[in-house]
Amino acid sequence: MPETPQRPASNLPPLSLHIPEPRYRPGDTPDFGDIEVPAVEATPRPSEATKPDAMRELSYGLVRVLDFDGQAKGQWDPKLSPERLRTMLRYMMLTRAFDDRMFRAQRQGKTSFYMKCTGEEATSVASTMAIDRGDMCFPSYRQQGILIARDYPLIQMMNQIYSNRGDHLMGRQLPIMYSAPEHGFFSVSGNLATQYPQAVGWAMASASKGDSRIATVWCGEGSSAEGDFHSALTFATVYNAPVIFNVVNNQWAISSFSGFAGGERTTFAARAVGYGIAGLRIDGNDPLAVYAATQWAADRARTNNGPTLIEHFTYRSEGHSTSDDPSAYRPADEATAWPLGDPIARLRQHLETLGEWDAERHEAQARELDELVKTTQKQSEKLGILGHGMHQPFETMFDDVFEELPWHLKEQCAQMLAEQEAKFGPNWKPE
Amino acid sequence: MMSAETQTATKTMNMIEAINSAMDVMLERDPNMVVMGEDVGFFGGVFRATAGLQKKHGKTRVFDTPINECGIIGVAVGMGAYGLRPVPEIQFADYIYPGLDQLVSEAARLRYRSAADFICPMTVRTPFGGGIFGGQTHSQSPESIMTHICGVKTVIPSNPYDAKGLLIAAIEDNDPVVFLEPKRIYNGPFSGYYDRPVEPWSKHDASAVPEDYYRIELGKAATVRAGEALTILVYGTMVHVTKTIVEEMGIDAEIIDLRTLLPLDIDAIETSVKKTGRCLIIHEATRTSGFGAELAALVQERCFYHLEAPVERVTGFDTPYPHSLEWAYFPGPVRIATALTKILKD
Repeated sequence: MPETPQRPASNLPPLSLHIPEPRYRPGDTPDFGDIEVPAVEATPRPSEATKPDAMRELSYGLVRVLDFDGQAKGQWDPKLSPERLRTMLRYMMLTRAFDDRMFRAQRQGKTSFYMKCTGEEATSVASTMAIDRGDMCFPSYRQQGILIARDYPLIQMMNQIYSNRGDHLMGRQLPIMYSAPEHGFFSVSGNLATQYPQAVGWAMASASKGDSRIATVWCGEGSSAEGDFHSALTFATVYNAPVIFNVVNNQWAISSFSGFAGGERTTFAARAVGYGIAGLRIDGNDPLAVYAATQWAADRARTNNGPTLIEHFTYRSEGHSTSDDPSAYRPADEATAWPLGDPIARLRQHLETLGEWDAERHEAQARELDELVKTTQKQSEKLGILGHGMHQPFETMFDDVFEELPWHLKEQCAQMLAEQEAKFGPNWKPE
Repeated sequence: MMSAETQTATKTMNMIEAINSAMDVMLERDPNMVVMGEDVGFFGGVFRATAGLQKKHGKTRVFDTPINECGIIGVAVGMGAYGLRPVPEIQFADYIYPGLDQLVSEAARLRYRSAADFICPMTVRTPFGGGIFGGQTHSQSPESIMTHICGVKTVIPSNPYDAKGLLIAAIEDNDPVVFLEPKRIYNGPFSGYYDRPVEPWSKHDASAVPEDYYRIELGKAATVRAGEALTILVYGTMVHVTKTIVEEMGIDAEIIDLRTLLPLDIDAIETSVKKTGRCLIIHEATRTSGFGAELAALVQERCFYHLEAPVERVTGFDTPYPHSLEWAYFPGPVRIATALTKILKD
């Protein structure tokens, strides 16, 4: 390359490379006043069979149900019973209580890693409540709300987080990478967006067998940049697969803001437009909007009208994980400045507005759930915490590489056991 | 060679026909099996391996896919999680790389990471190897990339009979299998002399293929030629090239066709090398970190005190496969004869 770039003589300015930069850095005062939040009633709800090109504007708008006074309005209102709303609130509160306690457990050195979903509870809880129990969920790493909304035992989640004796994944997976087939929850991968084409494959299989079940899949806006995302959308549109794509746009991928996934140019729901898929951009902090959009997409998929891409416009209130320090790259008060509020506070307000909930019941439920999580944690810790010896038997690390153990793994297993004996003395016995 | 179960009517088949027959038989037997890939449906595949299968078994069982290997393998993983038994074709092994993450991090790890909550009973079929003027993007031999992945089995047949039996065993296997098909020998065994006419499979014993179901267990090598002078470890196209040169030179070599690279038939290798005391490894793939390196290490670890000469490797060169000079790259008669002379002289 020449030291000084050569340009033909002309009066054109030199080319310049755009490197996206978030608007606010630590020390700045965030102001999201320019985010367009249309009125709740402004967004029409088309029929589930609408052709994608006839509903394009929904990829650029914002589907809402709850206004900021706690009223449910407009065509998208799913009109859930107070009982159902209270269940939804309970699941979201339980998710938050679980997150808080497990985050502390990591800080106390009881496990290596944890990821909270604070502020994003609606995107998994309300979404899961809007599909059938037999539908298959392909989560990313921040959808613990799916398991909670499907009443998966909390102790199983904790055992996995501690990689302890009770961990049915045998201590093999990083904390929070659950797997729960009986609860329609696919094994979480650490590689991003790989679940996207897999969900399409599951949905294609269901369709080819004449089943009635659909698949639903989540990723973040950051990982929508992965090739797998685009492979998945291509296959889904080609085969009209019964699948719901959720892009949880929480603005941040570790320290990279949504601009590094293309968010400065268009919405993430608009990715659907080029693929000829239905796209919905929704208020991800509005649990009723999440429910309504998911229900719409599920009905669409189940009636052979094809896939839907839902962008959940939300905000990651906490760090990416316990290994992250968001104060190093964004203002500390961005979450409070976020114009769409908090999903738990908004559903609580709605229930209170309906006269179906009050502060006293809310506080009592918060205490009850805290207590439930605390009691469960104690039970789980009896089965061990990470690094304190109560792990799975050593030889299990060779199981499940294949269905049957080939000779080379048998040899390596014998070597590993001999190493343990060398380390812990002649009286050491494999468990 | 054949078990009681396999003593049904046989038909003369080339490799492509045998592979087609394996899929046909399995589509018939297992309603959950699906075949998919670029051009595999109506057209029947660029090498004709899936010819007629869509017409016979229907469009939802045998279908075309977008040109997207990440999608093909990723979708197959999801189908496996549902309960199907997918057999995707990657049109050329050189095209597998866009799907490698789905293979390495997903298909291969799913059983382990989920403690068998989910499995991946997928067989990825893909033609590989050179000698067809395919240039650098249609000639590669990526087998050592596959064997380096924990959780994937790697199978390479060298004749029609093995191809069908091994493919059926691969499809029935509950773990992911990469089934590498040596495309140079699809239509006939290759002597290594590219300037001679191609001999058709019909003149070869292994072209008598049972029309019905039979399997050849994965992880079992075959002795192509028994001998005392040295052991030659080989697979795929190179089995036939090796046999030609050995016969020309009148060497009493024991030729072992590995057939499955992982899990490897270590007993067959050990027994033979301990008997002959010499070991030559031949593959078409590039040399550095090739599967021959693994074989050489295993042989010296297990047979060192039986060896009378250093273990030798004959391989392709560490260059991309050159289009016009492919026969200078290919480990042909001269390279093999030179190595044989050297190892027998020591």
